[in-house]
Amino acid sequence: MTVSIVAQHLRKTFGATLAVDDMNLNIASGEIYGLVGSDGAGKTTTMRLLVGALKPDSGDASICGYSVGKQTEQVRAQLGYLSQRFSFYEDLTVLENIRFFAEVRGLSRQEWLPRCMEILSFVGLDSFKDRRAGQLSGGMKQKLGLASALVTRPKVLLLDEPTTGVDPVTRQDFWQLLIRLVSLTPNPSPDGRGEADGVAVILSTPYMDEAARCHRVGFMRLGRMIAEGTPSQLRSNLEGCIVEVRGRSLLSLRQVVEKIKGVEDVRAFGDKLHLRVVSGRAESVIAALAEAFPARSGVQVEARPVPPTLEDVFISLSGSKD
Amino acid sequence: MPDPVVITENLTRRFGDFVAVDHVSFTVEAGEIVGYLGPNGSGKTTTIRMLLGLYEPSEGKATVFGFDAFRQSEEVRARAGYMSQKFALYDDLTVWENLTFYGGIYGIRDKQRIEETLALVGLAGHGSELAGALSAGWRQRLALAIALVHRPKLLFLDEPTSGVDPSARRSFWDLIYALAAEGVTVFVTTHYMDEAEYCGRVGMMRDGKLLALDTPAALKMRVVPGDVWEVHAEPLQIALNACETCTGVLQVGLAGDHLRMITERGMKEKDLRLRLMSAGLTVATLERGEPTLEDVFLSLAKG
Repeated sequence: MTVSIVAQHLRKTFGATLAVDDMNLNIASGEIYGLVGSDGAGKTTTMRLLVGALKPDSGDASICGYSVGKQTEQVRAQLGYLSQRFSFYEDLTVLENIRFFAEVRGLSRQEWLPRCMEILSFVGLDSFKDRRAGQLSGGMKQKLGLASALVTRPKVLLLDEPTTGVDPVTRQDFWQLLIRLVSLTPNPSPDGRGEADGVAVILSTPYMDEAARCHRVGFMRLGRMIAEGTPSQLRSNLEGCIVEVRGRSLLSLRQVVEKIKGVEDVRAFGDKLHLRVVSGRAESVIAALAEAFPARSGVQVEARPVPPTLEDVFISLSGSKD
Repeated sequence: MPDPVVITENLTRRFGDFVAVDHVSFTVEAGEIVGYLGPNGSGKTTTIRMLLGLYEPSEGKATVFGFDAFRQSEEVRARAGYMSQKFALYDDLTVWENLTFYGGIYGIRDKQRIEETLALVGLAGHGSELAGALSAGWRQRLALAIALVHRPKLLFLDEPTSGVDPSARRSFWDLIYALAAEGVTVFVTTHYMDEAEYCGRVGMMRDGKLLALDTPAALKMRVVPGDVWEVHAEPLQIALNACETCTGVLQVGLAGDHLRMITERGMKEKDLRLRLMSAGLTVATLERGEPTLEDVFLSLAKG
């Protein structure tokens, strides 16, 4: 396993705004890394620093061993990038679009056709190669975007909010492609040799259900990394600390649970509350609830410990409410 | 019981041959928070626009507060607030100026009302800050203030928290709950499962059709066909293929570093372990998981 993406103490300011501060990354080939945070947390700036589109104030980054600042051309040759709003030529076919991206990246006539067909079959668009891009469904457009980013056989793939606005069925397909991409050699040569390390993927997302699919996740807030780890590691910090409560009405229930000892935080959802409790206090909080709402009170309250989600983790790390 | 705030009957909208909203019928009661979940292009925004009288239904009808949404749209809009997904704030105006400007459109000149609205969304004391300098979460609040300045009893939120982090989202939803507790009815669209969990009832939209509408818990119980398991096994892709052939496994998918599967209801852990082993899988860990709205959506989409 080789380290494909490295960032060391990256810092970038825009005027008085500190966009990225002391950013460190070590992402291995074969890894899918999720950069999670709100708009303005520094995700896009980090990506732009990694591709060399922005110069850091201090710190440095390397891609596949090439310095982003000093060897920009070599770095770009290793990269595939799918921006949030990728665009196609709607009146060109799928194959013509891919060909365009291939030729722009300097692939010769002999190279581009087999390469394009290989990539199209990888993303499952080979039977749609002659369809105009404008007539593709949302999911197919997204696959075409991925195919365009992959046509140069990048070692490092940067995806900016890749599945925003697609349905879960398409998203499942997309993730399956990503995992195949990193776990197998993405572009095996026809003779089966030339095996290389899997691609390293870094993707950004503001959503936790997306982050939970990554091998490793970095939470960003106000330009800084506030936590990093595998989803299981991040969740394990809150193991046994989340209690789900259901009952009517949630509003009055909320007022009661907020006063129970050991409850640190109450989050309301549509038809349930999630309490964050002091480690080891789940049982006593559930007992206190049962006491506050005895069977004769007529209020039915169900409470049970549930596994923490990444959203629980993010909120507990963020501390303040906004 | 008061009359429902929103009633749609076979509400349909076509654009040429394309059916954006296809015979959708539902009701929303006062004080409810109803979510509309579906991918882009599934008909969510078109539905809202018909409810606001911006589009005429091709078929069926929509009634809002007893008014015909299209023919009596002025009546509807006087009582409804709309926060669109691409809300426009004037970045070079202050928070106060933005709110005063939009309030003016509704004929609101009352300083006190502006103050109250800012306080309602937690922006009191920030009136003199430039909108362009606000964080994503605070911009969202200002947009909400703009939708609320005329005190609507019905609030449409179109993808309200896209691009904000979970803590800002949670603060935003606390505001929404406070409004709902005062009797404001809220209709929210989203394409994120996380967000839909905040709604009292959730409608699942796909290709213009409303596939189901119920509380998150009821949807999970009713629609998800079995029990959820989280399985750690290596190598993942081979494990996935093996699971697909395993009897009793209804659905299996990749979930980052592990697999997530749905089995027939009531499957015992040791039975599942045995079945997975005989399918050739080396199981590292096997744990029960929680059903999600994504499971619901996937199950509905399959059916």
